[in-house]
Amino acid sequence: MSVIGARLPRKEDPRLLRGRGRFGDDISAPGQLWARIVRSPSAHGQLRGLDVTEAANAPGIAAVVTAGDLPPGLVIPVRLAVGSADLSPYLQPVLAADMVRYVGEPLAVVVGDDPYACEDAAELVDIDIADLPAVIDAVSAGDNENGDNENGDNENGDNENGDNENTAAELTLGYGDTDAAFASARHVVSIELAIGRHTGVPLEPRCLLAVPGPENPDTGELDIFGMTKVPVFNRDLLAGMLGIDEALIHVHAIDAGGGFGIRGEFYPEDFLIPWLATRLGRPVKWAEDRAEHLVAANHSRQQHHRIAAAFDDDGRITGLRDDIVHDNGAYCRTHGVAVAELTVAMLPGPYRIPAYRGRVRVVLTNKTPCGTYRAPGRFEGTSAREHLLDVAATRLGIDPIQLRERNLLTKDDMPHHRHITTLGTDLVLDTGDYPALLAAAVKEAERLGYRDLARPQSRGFGLAMFVEKSGLGPQETADVTVTKSGAVHVFSGGTSVGQGIETVLAQIAADALGVDPGVVRVVAGDTAAQPFGAGSWASRSTVVGGTAVHHAATAVRERAVQLAARMLEAAEEDLEVRDGSIGVRGDPNARVTLAAVARAAEPAGGYLAEGEPAGLSARRRFEVARMTYPYGVHAAVVEVDAGTGRVRVLRYLVAYEIGRAINPMLVEGQLIGGVAQGIGGALFEEFSYDDAGQPQAVTFIEYRMPTAAEIPPVDVLLAQDAPSPGNPLGVMGAGEGGVNAVGAAVANAVRDALGLAGGIGRLPLTPARVRALVGAAEGAA
Amino acid sequence: MHAITLRVNGRDHDLVVEARRTLADMLRHDLGYTGTHLGCEHGICGACTVILNDAPVRACLVFGVQADGAEVRTVEGLARGEQLSDLQQSFTDHHALQCGFCTPGFLMLAEAYLAESQPAALTEEKARELVAANLCRCTGYQGIVEAVLATARARGDAKDNPS
Repeated sequence: MSVIGARLPRKEDPRLLRGRGRFGDDISAPGQLWARIVRSPSAHGQLRGLDVTEAANAPGIAAVVTAGDLPPGLVIPVRLAVGSADLSPYLQPVLAADMVRYVGEPLAVVVGDDPYACEDAAELVDIDIADLPAVIDAVSAGDNENGDNENGDNENGDNENGDNENTAAELTLGYGDTDAAFASARHVVSIELAIGRHTGVPLEPRCLLAVPGPENPDTGELDIFGMTKVPVFNRDLLAGMLGIDEALIHVHAIDAGGGFGIRGEFYPEDFLIPWLATRLGRPVKWAEDRAEHLVAANHSRQQHHRIAAAFDDDGRITGLRDDIVHDNGAYCRTHGVAVAELTVAMLPGPYRIPAYRGRVRVVLTNKTPCGTYRAPGRFEGTSAREHLLDVAATRLGIDPIQLRERNLLTKDDMPHHRHITTLGTDLVLDTGDYPALLAAAVKEAERLGYRDLARPQSRGFGLAMFVEKSGLGPQETADVTVTKSGAVHVFSGGTSVGQGIETVLAQIAADALGVDPGVVRVVAGDTAAQPFGAGSWASRSTVVGGTAVHHAATAVRERAVQLAARMLEAAEEDLEVRDGSIGVRGDPNARVTLAAVARAAEPAGGYLAEGEPAGLSARRRFEVARMTYPYGVHAAVVEVDAGTGRVRVLRYLVAYEIGRAINPMLVEGQLIGGVAQGIGGALFEEFSYDDAGQPQAVTFIEYRMPTAAEIPPVDVLLAQDAPSPGNPLGVMGAGEGGVNAVGAAVANAVRDALGLAGGIGRLPLTPARVRALVGAAEGAA
Repeated sequence: MHAITLRVNGRDHDLVVEARRTLADMLRHDLGYTGTHLGCEHGICGACTVILNDAPVRACLVFGVQADGAEVRTVEGLARGEQLSDLQQSFTDHHALQCGFCTPGFLMLAEAYLAESQPAALTEEKARELVAANLCRCTGYQGIVEAVLATARARGDAKDNPS
């Protein structure tokens, strides 16, 4: 049996279970200094002065640096540029120089021998800020500025205060004549839905250690521990900012305590810590604390949707439009406006929609800047579209599942060109049978008793359908090497962020090479071992990174067969590869192990032809122009306590088409974990601010991530009926399908429980909001 | 500064620490037990849970000096050499970890509970309540609950049918 598809235990587990993982703060260097970031206590204001004298003179402090000490003009650039908007006025400086725009913005760095002493000294920095009014509500800020102006003609840039106007960019995507569709519609249904501000919040805060190499004073060489996700991109960016050759920076592969989109992007600290190490000539470590993380690392999700659909007599959608305000916080960071673009690009989902227009305005507010969080733009867009469909079903008098069935794209529509581009790729829904998965999910929910469970009056059932995206290119590179003991080494450009990449890539390599996965060792995200990696994000590692490993391992297998043919004096076509050895078919005595082939490939191994390079290894690249699109159905049963407003999710089902699962146990783990995060965003987690822009969720007491008590048993129906046509393994991404539709399914279930005519209006459904909905429903009755 | 003595995973340590130094920082940075992780440093997430004189504690909320004369167990003390403990093995069998950062805290929490309770009496509801003491951001808790339950059942069976 192939090792692909096997529920193998994870290669990562033994070290992590023994407490021998290597996370950022587990690594220290001799002579290391610690850094503490001094952050803005004010949401918006002019930075009139920073007096660091007392801090610099505190015991054990080596240096205190402010913007004036840095090379001039440094900003965090956009990594994912989409569209044509010029975002240069909105980029974040590495340290604020004259204006502060959110609470938590870095102002200075204190460096010293001991982290406790650094924290003490940081308190001694005297900050003088002249406060200005804070912009907190993106909707009123966006509307005041450009009202219903749809010509995209905003006046961005600096006004006379030296401050940004509020709208950083506006994007409109779509096709067809939506105005005509709405003008001639039999029914038009619209809702407003606000998505709350929340984010990934990995359990390990960020951490970075920069160690100057022995030649650093002359060359700038550095070893870096703690970068992940896109280490090669970050290495190149840092090299450019430091003005050194990129190969002088070695980003090491270490464990990461969760990624979820936010970890590993290039933040101000990713310049500051390496720069300080070079400047001070000593290793510098920064270990973020949680209060810092909640105001400094990327926020995400907060959007306001005004979404409407036009229907004909039969309940068929004739047009869809959405007008979105995307609250991006104080700056555009590495994601630029990619989340906004993804929202409108993916909004049509799995449906046949003849005319569509999605407009999104990226509005800046005095809050922590935003980036991606697992299923960026889809959690938001799926919530809006799927909640609209449930409201429409009520309005049209059609069962919500039937309404979806009536409008889904079918197998015969595939591949379906949306005539939209996203992240620089044409959006082509490549494969699948959406109605079949919906039918299977409904049947499974029935089989598991969801309907009966939802029958009591205080309970509700909600369903939502979605399309995910995965396998973003443009490329991934992998090296595979067999060494003299017969071990197989894989050097991937992906990174380990907890998803089990080492296990999955080992299974792929083992399958291609005909070896036991136990002999495969995977190094993911070391820039010296794999200098051409594109990283782990966008559900791309199995699809793009895995295919690169498949190609490299296949090339090694072919090379091994070539050498084995010389060793056995046999024809290549007579050889078979299995169980770590190569032999002549039908002759058990004519067989060499992969280890022996590796030894034969040594410089003095005796089997290399003139001019052939030594070693049994290959580097291969997988390039892909388009993404591949998995899809799924979520269903939830909730119980609503009308008195307290508490919502409990009683059961949750995810049906998901994966194409082909390399390790189904890991896919299920991704889906179940995603559901838990989605329930957090649907019911509990929110970064709220007061009117002055002071964040109200700065500990885990106020930022309420779900515990085991809030997460129900999750049922998973994993479909492998639509192999991806875009890669030889047929795989699609698993990372984001668990979280994508949770906001939608929970919103629909709560709406069902409360018997609302309209929508729920706002996520998360906190007790106070649910009580307000109960009150409004009773008032209407 | 205070001179203290403590035993960690059966090994005695003498050291001098500041009064304000947390047990977590002391274990991690002074004694090298980096398997104890810090996720929040305010007692909510439980990643730093260790067993102090048989009770699970948040090592971020205990000062090092409070462990003077105490016996501490950390995640590094669970396995016997190459052999994972039954609880550790159950975690990998049930896919109860992804990034693994919170895992040492859950292991020590569950180990302390299982050691002092009637493991056979652990219900799923009770296991969920126990696991709800700590935060995990990756797994959705399902595997953790199953792993703890399976270990409890196996230990209960072993008690009933000693070999």
